[in-house]
Amino acid sequence: MLAFLDLSPVGEHLVALAHKIGAEVSRPNATDVDRAGRFPTESIAALREDRLLSSFLPPNLGGDGATMTDIVAACYVLGQYCSSTAMVYAMHQIQIACLVHHGLDSETLQAHMELIARDQRLLASATTETGTGGDVRSSVCAVTVADGCFSLRKETPVISYGDYADDILVTARRTIDAPAADQIIVLVRRTDAELVPTTDWDALGMRGTCSRGYILTASGPADHVLREPYADISSRTMLPVSHLVWTALWSGIATDAVQQIRANLRKQARKSAGVPPTAPDVAMLHADLELVRSAVAATAQLYERVRSDPAAATTPSMTLRMNALKVSVSLALPRIVTDALRLGGINAYRNDSDQSLGRHLRDLHSAVLMVHNERILANNGSLLCITKDDA
Amino acid sequence: MELRSLIRTVLADHGRLSVDAQTLSGSADLHEAGLSSHATVAVMVAIEDALDIVFPDRMLNRRTFESIDALQSSIESLVVTA
Repeated sequence: MLAFLDLSPVGEHLVALAHKIGAEVSRPNATDVDRAGRFPTESIAALREDRLLSSFLPPNLGGDGATMTDIVAACYVLGQYCSSTAMVYAMHQIQIACLVHHGLDSETLQAHMELIARDQRLLASATTETGTGGDVRSSVCAVTVADGCFSLRKETPVISYGDYADDILVTARRTIDAPAADQIIVLVRRTDAELVPTTDWDALGMRGTCSRGYILTASGPADHVLREPYADISSRTMLPVSHLVWTALWSGIATDAVQQIRANLRKQARKSAGVPPTAPDVAMLHADLELVRSAVAATAQLYERVRSDPAAATTPSMTLRMNALKVSVSLALPRIVTDALRLGGINAYRNDSDQSLGRHLRDLHSAVLMVHNERILANNGSLLCITKDDA
Repeated sequence: MELRSLIRTVLADHGRLSVDAQTLSGSADLHEAGLSSHATVAVMVAIEDALDIVFPDRMLNRRTFESIDALQSSIESLVVTA
């Protein structure tokens, strides 16, 4: 996939660091992170150590000025080593992108971005809410502002790595009287919040993301409320960036599975001094994966071209494409890894072999429900009732 | 039917607003009045149908549906150029 991506020099360096951290830290710990359902502490510490949490911030605020394409590439690389590490990294980058695209008009938020770079703060998000049926574009809770302070209380069924985040971007209704869809987003520092856990996280996959439910109560400076409506932040940044970084890291997970099968094929070819009979099946597996990766890469390049232009980044056809990518990729990759599992035989099936693909498959089954495909298809369905262009 | 009252009727029938569309001021923010993205689709389709016009994709954004005034001027630009 990297071959398709126009990486900046920052991105080339980022990819090299992601490979180094992945190989030296994430992979050796991936099985334990999965088994224990524990946070990938070592990997996140390594990302901090090499300053990978601030790559996308502009250089004048202490970042590296990476492009979104660079970030997508890093997600793809990390996904090849540890899904949970890659997902934490990816979700952090979504929040960073929201601040960079929508927070630079605020001196307070700029100052906070400098802190993020200096201290390598980890950002999480609280968008889903109990009582909205999984619709992140409507809120029950509301923010109230008085005497220069915001306050809010949100019951959320899931905040990924909430126990480990330094800041949380929280959606809420603009005022106590605002309708459900009139939302804003607030930067909540962990020190401004009380998080009372309501559920633990013992899931089929993505076990290291520690996505517990909480009741979040927070109050802090009123200028931590982003000025732009969440509707605009979502359509220009949060939705497209989420779908790009997720599909990239999911592609990384599947790539690692397919690499395993390709390594087996090479071994068999050497042993039998010829082309093993399974070679065409491996070729089909590779072709299926290639289609996904090239689609992710092409969409990432497209987004990079338009992301600085709010009008171009939020056209209905862009939203349709981003949603379509997420749905298609989330369905294709579990199938591809299921095929890899079949080709890998008993060693891939075993949990206790070094060729096990169980974790890859379990982790990838989260893809359909990270913003559920049914909801995304309902949104695209209504967009298709009104849009005409298909360039 | 006059355009403005047609817009108000469509908003009342399809907009699922939290306020009365008939008395809402022309400049009031429709999103703040509860117009969701889903209801926007219904409103748009109803207007297209009633006036036999087609909103081009470039008009499909939140600004077009920001207020009754904004919606009216968008529709008028379509009717004039049609």
